Amino acid sequence: MDNKLYVSSSPHIRSGNTTRRIMLDVIIALLPTSVAACVIFGFRSAVLIAVCVATCVLLEFISRKIMKRESTIGDLSAVVTGLLLALNLPVDVNPLIAMFGCLIAIVVVKQMFGGIGMNFVNPALAARIVLLVSFPSAMMHWVTAWGAPEAAKIDATTSATPLAAEAGTYSYIDLLIGRCGGSIGEVCAAALILGGIYLVIRRVISPIIPCVYLATAALMSFAFGLDPLYQLLSGGLLLGAIFMATDYTTSPVTNWGKVIYAVGCGLFTMLLRTYSNMPEGVSFSILLMNILVPLIERMTVPRTLGYVKKAKGEKK
Amino acid sequence: MDQLSFPKRPYPTRGGVHAPHNKNTAHKESLEMPVPKMVALPMSQHIGAPCVPLVKVGDNVDVGQCIARSEAFVSAPIHASVSGKVKKIDKITMPDGNRLDAIFIESDGEQRISPEVKPPEVNSISDLLTAVRESGLVGLGGAGFPTAVKLNIPADKHVDTMIVNVAECEPYITSDHREALENGWDIISGIITVKEFLDIHRVIVGIENNKPDAIKALREIVDNSLDPEDEIRVLPLKATYPQGAEKILIKACTGREVPMGGLPSDAGCLVMNVGSIAFIARYLKTGMPLVSRRLTVDGSAIKNPSNVIVPIGTPIKDVIEFVGGYKEEPKKILMGGPMMGISLPNDELYILKQNNAILAFGEKEARLAEPSACIRCGKCVSACPMRLLPLELCNAAERKDDEALGRLNAMNCMECGCCSFTCPAKRHLVQSIRMGKAYLNQKKREQIAQSKGGKN
Repeated sequence: MDNKLYVSSSPHIRSGNTTRRIMLDVIIALLPTSVAACVIFGFRSAVLIAVCVATCVLLEFISRKIMKRESTIGDLSAVVTGLLLALNLPVDVNPLIAMFGCLIAIVVVKQMFGGIGMNFVNPALAARIVLLVSFPSAMMHWVTAWGAPEAAKIDATTSATPLAAEAGTYSYIDLLIGRCGGSIGEVCAAALILGGIYLVIRRVISPIIPCVYLATAALMSFAFGLDPLYQLLSGGLLLGAIFMATDYTTSPVTNWGKVIYAVGCGLFTMLLRTYSNMPEGVSFSILLMNILVPLIERMTVPRTLGYVKKAKGEKK
Repeated sequence: MDQLSFPKRPYPTRGGVHAPHNKNTAHKESLEMPVPKMVALPMSQHIGAPCVPLVKVGDNVDVGQCIARSEAFVSAPIHASVSGKVKKIDKITMPDGNRLDAIFIESDGEQRISPEVKPPEVNSISDLLTAVRESGLVGLGGAGFPTAVKLNIPADKHVDTMIVNVAECEPYITSDHREALENGWDIISGIITVKEFLDIHRVIVGIENNKPDAIKALREIVDNSLDPEDEIRVLPLKATYPQGAEKILIKACTGREVPMGGLPSDAGCLVMNVGSIAFIARYLKTGMPLVSRRLTVDGSAIKNPSNVIVPIGTPIKDVIEFVGGYKEEPKKILMGGPMMGISLPNDELYILKQNNAILAFGEKEARLAEPSACIRCGKCVSACPMRLLPLELCNAAERKDDEALGRLNAMNCMECGCCSFTCPAKRHLVQSIRMGKAYLNQKKREQIAQSKGGKN
């Protein structure tokens, strides 16, 4: 035989799943939310999304070039980051501010720490928080959503977010279909839930993190005397629980780790919502739990098959 | 002692992957291959000490004649699979890269049976062990552990359950499936022999539910009054890889876990491959040692995939030619299944005793996956049947962190390949973990050498 054979280590077959396919699924899952954003806040939402996605991809390309590393824009992770960041912004934010956010997300948080899989916090969330702290008024300027109730209006163009508004201003239906103020991607609860169901069916995410996160938040609201359903449907909780807290790189890989992480997210979210000056606590609580992930994972190494606990005094 | 019960359905097992079954040869009658011109019998076709040749160049040998053996406890003698003349004894390179002696026999085509071949007289457990050892039998499922050693259960271990492994979870391979369909009676009589001598009163035949015909065939034989005490039952298992891995099979059939670093007997189990158990029955009847075996020849580059019964030592090239040759240029040839098989450097090697399949693939299937960065998706963690953390083990292995490898129980990895199979970033997880295990072993040896050095 004269032709050369491939000789490699087993296994010799691989599943068809790829990183690119997973990222594509996340993009598909975010489509209903993106479309809803365009309907609710108009054409500017589409421009904002396009600006963020394009900037993220471009910055990813440039930073890999500068570091003389293989380009990774093909895995679509930069698209996901750009899309998530855009969905976390108010619709009338200055595009330059949005682009600055992309710089923080892709260059500082992601590529400076080694690129995909190496960032210790969620890039889009970290960027959002940097923007929130740097440009508080621009980042909390909530343009009135299409069809939002009159009572929520603050002035001619803006209205209160569900968490800031007085009780009874918004109905559950308003929250579900997004007739309320907020970031372009967080207002329409129905679209977010639809995306979440798609991700679970496609087995892209395990339902543990979103379910435990939401359950903890609901229990806490109940304990604080708040309306649990209203709390779940308002603010960035669904967007955070379904799309941000489930980010692979910054959430635990073990099942019990996921539970602890999600409980932590739920606790901090409700504590911040109730006691801090900020009306919203989702971003901060996920970021905080992101940092704890290595510790949580170390605590929750699963018991391997056949593991026998060493008796006391027995030498290792 | 409690009456042992039979599970109605398998106990739950964790992890595993749905690898494509590709059991293309399951419904094809096995073909008997004609005697090849030349066979080569390497001195090690088992786990344990290699054999030493008993014949010289120029000697005439007959089928079934013992031509090499070793006195070491863990070993298995080797028998001539054809009649003819010993042409040469020369070093060959084995699939794992080791070089060792092989006896080359030029066949005279007569297939004269050696006078040594006569049914053994077996009246006790020690007779059985001697007979099985003399038969040269090793685990035919792929590992090649000498069966006589496996059946020799230490006095301090209590084995109450025998599991017959017909799971055959590796894609493509159907040799066990065909064994169950074609030799059902041998299987059951082998089971009865072993269970009587070893005083085992619960036998579970574990078989994946993707082989309904084999389940039906075996159940019919078991029910046909051969088993009056109802001590043998067929248990259909879920068809996920790796149901047939020893530790997973034991978990699925009995709910017991083999302790880390332990053997099946530590969980009170004896696991026998179906081909091995049927061979024992045939050997006791005929006295013909292990000189041929059934194997699956398949893969995208094979023209006519089939199960073939071949003399041990037949050149792989001859076997492939016998089933019609290649239909496209082979780019990867495997000894064993696609999940755990060894990839060969060429088709110039020979069929070994433990060799259950030869697979050949064209360029498309053979092309190596290009790894990219780990995205920590955790799919390897959910796929690992041993409940390890493959991504962490892989990292620890790559940075040679023996503390982390030990803490994460690297040695409990059985290299089934589920993690690499499922990885969307196509990382070579098993390969790295294998390196990590080798590194741990090396460290251990160094430590032992050091502590010995300190005493002197």
